[in-house]
Amino acid sequence: MTRAFVLEGSEAVANAVQICRPQVISAYPISPQTHIVEALARMVADGELDSQYVRVESEFSAASVVSGASAAGSRAYTASSSQGLLLMTEVLYASVGLRLPFVITGVNRTISAPISIQVDQQDTISLRDSGVIQFYVESSQEAYDTHIAAFKIAEDPEILLPVMVCMDGWILTHSYERVSAMEEEEVARFLPPFQPVHFLDVDDPKSWGSYSEENVLMEFKYDIQRSMQHAKSKIKAIFAELAQITGRDHGGLIEAYRTEDAHVVLLAMGSMAGTTKEAVDKLRAEGKKIGLVKIRCYRPFPDEDIWNAVERAQVVAVMEADYSMGSEGAVGMDLKAKLCGRPGAPLVLDVIAGLGGREVNEGTIRAIIGKAEEVQRAGVPLKEPYWAGLDPSILP
Amino acid sequence: MAMRITLGAVVRGGTSLEYKTGSWRDQRPVIDTVSCKACRICRDVCPDSAVYLKDELYCIDYDYCKGCGLCAYECPVDAISMIPEEK
Repeated sequence: MTRAFVLEGSEAVANAVQICRPQVISAYPISPQTHIVEALARMVADGELDSQYVRVESEFSAASVVSGASAAGSRAYTASSSQGLLLMTEVLYASVGLRLPFVITGVNRTISAPISIQVDQQDTISLRDSGVIQFYVESSQEAYDTHIAAFKIAEDPEILLPVMVCMDGWILTHSYERVSAMEEEEVARFLPPFQPVHFLDVDDPKSWGSYSEENVLMEFKYDIQRSMQHAKSKIKAIFAELAQITGRDHGGLIEAYRTEDAHVVLLAMGSMAGTTKEAVDKLRAEGKKIGLVKIRCYRPFPDEDIWNAVERAQVVAVMEADYSMGSEGAVGMDLKAKLCGRPGAPLVLDVIAGLGGREVNEGTIRAIIGKAEEVQRAGVPLKEPYWAGLDPSILP
Repeated sequence: MAMRITLGAVVRGGTSLEYKTGSWRDQRPVIDTVSCKACRICRDVCPDSAVYLKDELYCIDYDYCKGCGLCAYECPVDAISMIPEEK
């Protein structure tokens, strides 16, 4: 029988991490990530989780601790948000190169300045080039299930990369939702103890990340990219295996929602996808052929899966809570790059929505659909992204 | 065939000894064994552990000395000269 609880999103994540039995946890508190690592600290203190919980003075150290623990052959976990994730960045790039498979929760929060604790995805999106595998989740249940899959994906001997589960701060981490839990034995069978290929061993000394110059460095980077590409089929297989056990199928690299005959397909990541599904249902009832592609796995980028879902559409409206300053939204750029040159590819409307916690509701989505229909009629893309809900009258 | 790279650039321990960083050097420290008082300061400050004691005399291991000149700068009796490397 499935055990279901009404849990705060952060607590759901802490429970998922607990059941995966990490041997080392290290974190530095930052809103809105704090409740997750507080809950894990309490579990360790109360003897409910046999793990080394290392308190550190910064996120740089937290990432360094889990990196070292992973090199020593331990299953390791950390979490952060916003500035904290940026402070981890140097270590995350290094951990990718050292092929250290720890799991990190990236609780999405905007980046200063101006200072704000509200949600957007600029923090995790800015890590997109690092080689960390990134998942984005829509609900606390999906966060719970994805964390359990994340350890198995990271530790797969053909992948061996850090995995980040990105979840929207506050909207997911601080709201209560019904969450079904897995049984310890189920998880133990699905996720056996971590079997490292190499580990730090005083009896068999090794050097990690040894100095590499122009004759080999390029091959190291290519190998990471190759593993990323190869990970796509592995991730799908691991998600499917977990869905078989739990009976909860969140999809593969993407979830295609009512896209079959859609003229306009919205594309979203994270909690925005939930609101969008509601809006799609209402617009469908009004006779509009609208669908949604939810990206679950952003790195590696699921270009083939998205193509299969949008190839018959006329416009794809990419809704994203990030911006690559001086260019446009990162997800829109990714999609355009992968659609470029495909015969009959839909036009892409890049939509900046939800920056700094700006509400994205049904009205916002109706406005985006209106804009997408303008593009559809004109048959040419806009020159600049559409900033949904922007109030130009308050600009300095 | 060239050696294959390893996952995570993991190699057996101690392989840095095979990398002779002495080739980076453009100045060579030379110890004047007459004025040298064997105080050991040069060995302590060498960032590459390239100074060693042999038969009670301090010597430079030119396989690893990068020619930074710290030993010459710190030598209290100016017994170390930095001589430009020439080819």
